[in-house]
Parts: sequence; structure tokens; C-alpha cells
Amino acid sequence: MKKVRILIIGFGVIGSGVARAISEKREFISDKYGIDFEVVGIGERDGCIVCPEGIDAMEAYKLKQDGTLNKHPCWKDGVSSIDLIKGANADIVIEATPTNINSGEPGLSHMMAAFNTKKHVVTSNKGPLTIAFQKLKKTAEKNGVQFRFEAAVGGAMPVLNLVRETLQANEILSIEGILNGTCNYILTRMSTEGLPYEHVLSEAQELGIAEADPTYDVDGIDTACKLVILANAILGMNVSYKDADVTGITQISPGALKLASDDGYVIKLIGEIKDRNRPRVAPRLVPKDHPLAVGGTLNVISLRTDLAGEITVTGKGAGAIETSSSILSDLISIYKA
Amino acid sequence: MNLELKDMPGQLVLALQPISEFGGNIVSVLHQRDKKTPRGLIPVQITFEMDGKKLERLINRMKSNGITIAQIGEDRLREKATMILIGHIIHSDIRDTIDRIDSTGYAEVKDLAVSMPGVAQHSAARIVINAAGKKEMQNAIQLLRDIAREKELLLIESIEEA
Ligand SMILES: NC(=O)c1ccc[n+]([C@@H]2O[C@H](COP(=O)([O-])OP(=O)(O)OC[C@H]3O[C@@H](n4cnc5c(N)ncnc54)[C@H](OP(=O)(O)O)[C@@H]3O)[C@@H](O)[C@H]2O)c1
Repeated sequence: MKKVRILIIGFGVIGSGVARAISEKREFISDKYGIDFEVVGIGERDGCIVCPEGIDAMEAYKLKQDGTLNKHPCWKDGVSSIDLIKGANADIVIEATPTNINSGEPGLSHMMAAFNTKKHVVTSNKGPLTIAFQKLKKTAEKNGVQFRFEAAVGGAMPVLNLVRETLQANEILSIEGILNGTCNYILTRMSTEGLPYEHVLSEAQELGIAEADPTYDVDGIDTACKLVILANAILGMNVSYKDADVTGITQISPGALKLASDDGYVIKLIGEIKDRNRPRVAPRLVPKDHPLAVGGTLNVISLRTDLAGEITVTGKGAGAIETSSSILSDLISIYKA
Repeated sequence: MNLELKDMPGQLVLALQPISEFGGNIVSVLHQRDKKTPRGLIPVQITFEMDGKKLERLINRMKSNGITIAQIGEDRLREKATMILIGHIIHSDIRDTIDRIDSTGYAEVKDLAVSMPGVAQHSAARIVINAAGKKEMQNAIQLLRDIAREKELLLIESIEEA
């Protein structure tokens, strides 16, 4: 049995969800792969839990739900996550702090600190990936550690691992897909119910599908960031957010959706990179019977490859449990090798 | 193009060779040996792409090869693309938008459907464009992109064309 000591940095929806998944799946994973995942540290904005002999991940999850994480016996008020990462005796850092696409912080510093102290990083945080991909990749390589971020693109939907582990012999020629569940939900509801944009947006906000400030999703920024990550990671390009051509969905009207529907189309916010051209995010007509025409909050990606032809994957793009599927497969893939 | 060939070796070559000589691109050949015409000729249906200006000369060449041409159906604009425009469609002079596509000579607006909600709200138009070939379609779409930018309209292209 191989013991793997984990730090979880950012204990919000995703961080605490992963803790729960690790707790629930611990036996399954150790039986199947001979790997024992043990959480030895949790970093939050206002303090840390440090516990070299192991934290009961389910207990931490429950405390977080109750808003009493700081009542944990090993809680250390005011200790920063950076110090936790640098000081702890751990193998791997799960970085799940909020996305910041301007500075990448605090995630970027967390990741650099992890690499420089020879810890692998698994993350769901797009920010650092969008602005400093090459720097992160090189630092990881230099320190001989792994950098995995399946959860940052499309939540549960496997795409990076799919390319790395099962399409190894293929050259990926183009990528297109729906990478934002919020936009997909809004457009799907507008189309099926004939409702105006504002109406469906507030409905999505009530359901927790859209944020109070929906700009990041509906203006296509989130989709562009994910596309940039795919461009860098899969196509080996060197692009950042400012290289993308981005249009969101705020101008889409029920009338436009009806005209599309009458001719056999739906309108979807599509992220696309063709032939290594600049990443493009825009509302597009998609034939109703096309593989990309998935509804609700689903995400979907289609890869055009030289050998396998067209490969399409679809799945849940968000949610704590769903996203932890990707984080756990990244964890396992690092140690299975 | 529907042809009628004599039931003799080499006839099909006599029909196809001129097409490639004139730079045509043969898409399909349907040779129906079991469906002879009353005159004992074999019907052959050929589909090809070619510069329409050379058609007259092609027909003459085929005839001089002894080929009977039963019927010619010309589909000048083979490519079709559907797009949607959102914005002040009417105020931004939709007639002018159409004219600018039509006047290219290689593409034309085949169909237009407009949806107009209340005043102050944005209208939408579904526009179907036909063009002579793939390259011409790309040019027509680029033209429409430019027009949309100039008139501040949102152009929604289909994922099929890109
Ligand atoms: N939610 C999803 O379905 C989903 C799916 C895929 C990817 N992601 C990405 O995953 C990341 C986490 O998302 P989330 O939904 O879990 O967000 P979240 O609920 O806001 O959690 C972020 C956590 O990080 C903490 N934090 C903030 N600054 C910190 C710092 N300097 N050091 C340590 N912790 C800090 C926050 O604490 P405070 O509450 O005190 O600020 C919060 O607990 C984001 O980058 C997001 O884009 C999310």
C-alpha cells in the first residue's frame, strides 16, 4: 500500500467536496489501486488545519458545512496556505481557491510554492493556468513533479486525460465544444420555453446555476479561459486569454432562437480552435441532430484527430461531486504510473 | 448531366474525358447497364463541378465524340449556409446587406426570414446564402462578417461552415 499525503488548499464547494469524495472512496481506491489517500492539511483564507497523522476528511467536510471549520482541534488561526504548502510534509497539493484571471492569485503562488517544494499539483482553478501556463509547466518539470488540471476544463468531463492516456498516437487537429454549463442552461431554457434572456438568467440565479454576477459566464470569459487551457495543454500552443476572440450570449433573443429552430438549428455558445488559429468563442448555429447539440447544463467537447477522426465527449461541467471525479482521477493517474 | 451511351466498349471514357479536359471535377457517375432505353442506349448520370462558362464548349466536345446528351441540370450555386443576424436589422438597411451579397456574382441571398419583437427590442433575421463553391462561401461569410461589424449586428454562423 502506497500512502499519499494530501494538502487541500481552498476549502469551498470543490475543496470540501473533494475531501468528502476522498473519504467516501478511500477504501475503493486502496483496494483497486493500492493507494491510500490521506489528507494531512487544509488551507483556508483565514487559517489552516495541520495534522501530520491525518485528518478525518468527512469530519472536516461536515464542519465546513456547519461553518465551524475553525473549531477543528488542529485549526491554526492566521497561518497562511503558502506557509502550510512550504512547511508541510506532503506529496501533493489540491489547489481549489477562487479563479482570478487577472493575477492568477492566490492560486499561482500556491502552485509555485508546491512545485518548488517538490509537491505535485492537481487543480480545478483556471486562473493560474490561463495566465501562466508555460511558467507553471516548466517549474513542475524542473522539479520533477506532476501538474494535472482535468477539473479546470469541463468539470467531470474527461478531455485532457482522454487525450493523454487514450489518444496518445493522435495529432489533435481541432477542438470545439460547449464549455460553460450556465450558458448552455440559459440558451436551452430560452429555446424550449420561448422566454427572454433576463427572465431565464434570474431563474438560473435562483437555482444556483448562475452567479449573482454572471458576467464571467455569459460574456464568454469562462469559455475562453477553458479554450486557452486546451490550446496550451493539448495543441501545444502558447496563447493567453487576450489572444481569444470572444462574444457572449447576452444579445441572444427568443426571436433568434425561434428562427434557428424553424430551420433545424439550436444556438449554443461554442468555443473553437481550428488549425491552430486564434481561439474563438461565439454563439453559433448547431444542427439539432449534431453531437454538440446537448441541452441543460451539460458540457461537450469534440476533438478532430488525424487517426481516430471525430471524438466527442459530454458530461457535467460543474458540481462538487462531479468535479471531484476529475480531481480523483488526476490523483490516481499520478500514482498509478 | 444525363447521357445516353452506345453499348460498346470505350463509350464511358469518351464521355468523361472531356470533363476533365475542361478542368471539371467529377462527383459521381451512375452507369445503368440494366436499364437500356428503347433505342438500346445505356443511360448514364454524371454529376460534376466545373466553371459554368466552359459548359458550352464541353457540350460541343461531347457531341463530337458521339455522345447523346439527354438532359442538363445546372446547379450554379452549390454551397448553402444558414446564419442569423441580431440587432437593428431593418434600421441598418437589410436591403443593402442583401444587395452587397448578391452583387458579388458568386453568392446570393436565397432566403430571408425576419422576426420583429416590440419596438426598442432587437430584431433577428435568418439568412440563407448560396455560393458557387466552398471558397466562394468563405468569401461571402467574410463579407457578411464585415457588414455585421460595420452595422453593429451580431452574426451567428453555423458550426458546419467554419
Ligand atoms: N464549483 C464548481 O462546480 C467548479 C467546477 C470546476 C472548477 N471550479 C473551480 O474550482 C475553484 C474552487 O471553486 P469553488 O466553487 O469551490 O469556489 P468557492 O466555494 O468559492 O471556494 C473557494 C475557497 O477558497 C478559499 N480561499 C480564498 N482565498 C484563499 C487563500 N488565499 N488561501 C486559501 N483559501 C482561500 C475560500 O475562502 P473564503 O470563502 O473565505 O473566501 C473558499 O473556501 C475555482 O477556481 C473554480 O473556478 C469550480
